[in-house]
Amino acid sequence: MKSSDVILQTTSKIVFFVILLFAIHLFFEGHYRPGGGFVGGLVTAGAIVLFLLAFDIKTVSILLPFDYKWVTAIGLLISILTAAGSIVFNVPFFTHTYDHFHLPLIGETSLHTAALFDLGVYLVVVGVTMTIIQTIGESE
Amino acid sequence: MINLIVLPILIPLLTAVLLIFFASKVKTQRWISAISALLNIGVAFSVVRKVFVDGIQILNVGSWVAPFGITLVSDMLSALLVLTTTIIGFAVILYSFSSIGKEREKYYYYALVQFLLVGVIGAFTTGDIFNLFVFFEVMLMASYVLLVIGGTKIQLRESLKYLTVNVISSALFVISVAYLYSVVGTLNMAQISERIGSLEEMPGILTVIAVLFLIVFGMKGAIFPLYFWLPGSYFAPPIPVMALFGALLTKVGVYSIIRTFTLFFFQDKDYTYELLMILAIITVVVGVIGSIAYWNIKKIIIYNIITAIGVILYGVSVATTTSFTGSILYLIHDMLIKAALFLLIGVMIKITGTSNLRQFSGLIKHYPGLAWTFFIAAISLAGIPPFSGFVGKLLVIQGGFTAEEYIGATIILLSSLLVLYSVMKIFIHGFWGVPKEYAKKESISYRALLFPIVLIITISVLYGIGSDYVYSYVSQAVQTLVNPELYIEAVLKE
Repeated sequence: MKSSDVILQTTSKIVFFVILLFAIHLFFEGHYRPGGGFVGGLVTAGAIVLFLLAFDIKTVSILLPFDYKWVTAIGLLISILTAAGSIVFNVPFFTHTYDHFHLPLIGETSLHTAALFDLGVYLVVVGVTMTIIQTIGESE
Repeated sequence: MINLIVLPILIPLLTAVLLIFFASKVKTQRWISAISALLNIGVAFSVVRKVFVDGIQILNVGSWVAPFGITLVSDMLSALLVLTTTIIGFAVILYSFSSIGKEREKYYYYALVQFLLVGVIGAFTTGDIFNLFVFFEVMLMASYVLLVIGGTKIQLRESLKYLTVNVISSALFVISVAYLYSVVGTLNMAQISERIGSLEEMPGILTVIAVLFLIVFGMKGAIFPLYFWLPGSYFAPPIPVMALFGALLTKVGVYSIIRTFTLFFFQDKDYTYELLMILAIITVVVGVIGSIAYWNIKKIIIYNIITAIGVILYGVSVATTTSFTGSILYLIHDMLIKAALFLLIGVMIKITGTSNLRQFSGLIKHYPGLAWTFFIAAISLAGIPPFSGFVGKLLVIQGGFTAEEYIGATIILLSSLLVLYSVMKIFIHGFWGVPKEYAKKESISYRALLFPIVLIITISVLYGIGSDYVYSYVSQAVQTLVNPELYIEAVLKE
């Protein structure tokens, strides 16, 4: 069953990174153009699913040794803490803030806390999708 | 602290996420969930105090001013319901320690309970109709999993039914919100109310939307023709989950009916309130018939939920200050007492190993504490004067008679008798008589199970005895119901 998958496995190794880059692109585009955490997360999960199709569950869990339930929980934690951070500054819950920064390589950038919230969404989507697919795949 | 009213939602949410990390460590899970539940009672209590002293509290989430962002609104009604929810949550979590079993505890049981509390508390606190939908879904998704967790055959069957019914009613909820949005062009409850209020007369489409909302929330809250799923679905899960469902889930539907009917559809009362009244009366009748028909103690209490919902909604449909006060007093009483009753029959089932009333008797000989606690719970449920069910029902019936709605008020008066009969049947057949030997004699942690029940019953008895004190809070809650302007002004000030 494994032996005839050479073409699929080789292409998926290359395509994986293309998809992943596209997912990251979508994620960072979210604020100004269509995209964001949800679709970024789904595309990332799609890349991992491609690996699952080309190899098997065991190999993929060696390649990407994450417990996806934890990924979900960490994502939730990031989102909630971003929202709850406003409590420390005594402004209404969920108030976001942004500022302009001069970063070494990229130069003048505006960083917004909404991106952190989106990162949480991203992780939750990846975590939930992968948990669903893995559990269904593993159950006999 | 301006974020006070978001804390009752935030605390269980954060706890739920933390509990995911400690899935395999049962002891840690128990500690975390108990401490956070206790903390939340304190926070909810301070919210009630704050609303009592300073009036309706609002929080514009994300600093966006009222009609444009999501607003959380804590008036006295929602603050009281949040407090009751946190108390029930705490008691059920304590009860779960020695009854739910390690297998379920490892399978994210406590996290799910916390998510359920997030949904319920959020639904009580939100001031945005679509956000209400979202919190409904948070609550329902947690309840789906809590219903099916453990995976016994009956649970699988009933959660399929429960899921189907709720998916359909949620879709209907979205459709209703879409209709409403296309008519009034806003989702903020206060602004919806303001816009509907500014119309000369209520156009037909708004009456249609009102009936649609009644169908949606009636399905969640189990009123007469839409209650069919409840007896089966609530029969399936383990006892603590059943207590959570019975005490909280249907009451969120009832709260939503109260909120939408008093805030949105208060202009043309003829048709909608008449419909609500007829349905409420039939609900009472159906509930009572069910509760006297069965010899299964779970079923008896389940049908008593339906009766209570009818009583509360009857008070709402009469729509006078007296009947509203009665409804709210009865609503809070009913949440507490239903939780207590479910937990009590849980202990009985644990001792006897059966829920069939014909198969056991004479429990009072070995378990006098359990027996008398049940007795107090039973007579509070029926509304015997010093206890908590009395004042609420009295005011509902009084409201009915002064509004010259004699039929409904009489039916409710008579229904109390049958409710009393149905729970006394449990008491007489189950506790009196000759003690029987039970198959399972292994020592169950009887005291640990009884503690949270006694806690709720104590609160409920205090609630009944201190009605005067509670009344000052409830009358403040009623003011927003009879005077939607207060709500609108609080949210849309400036």
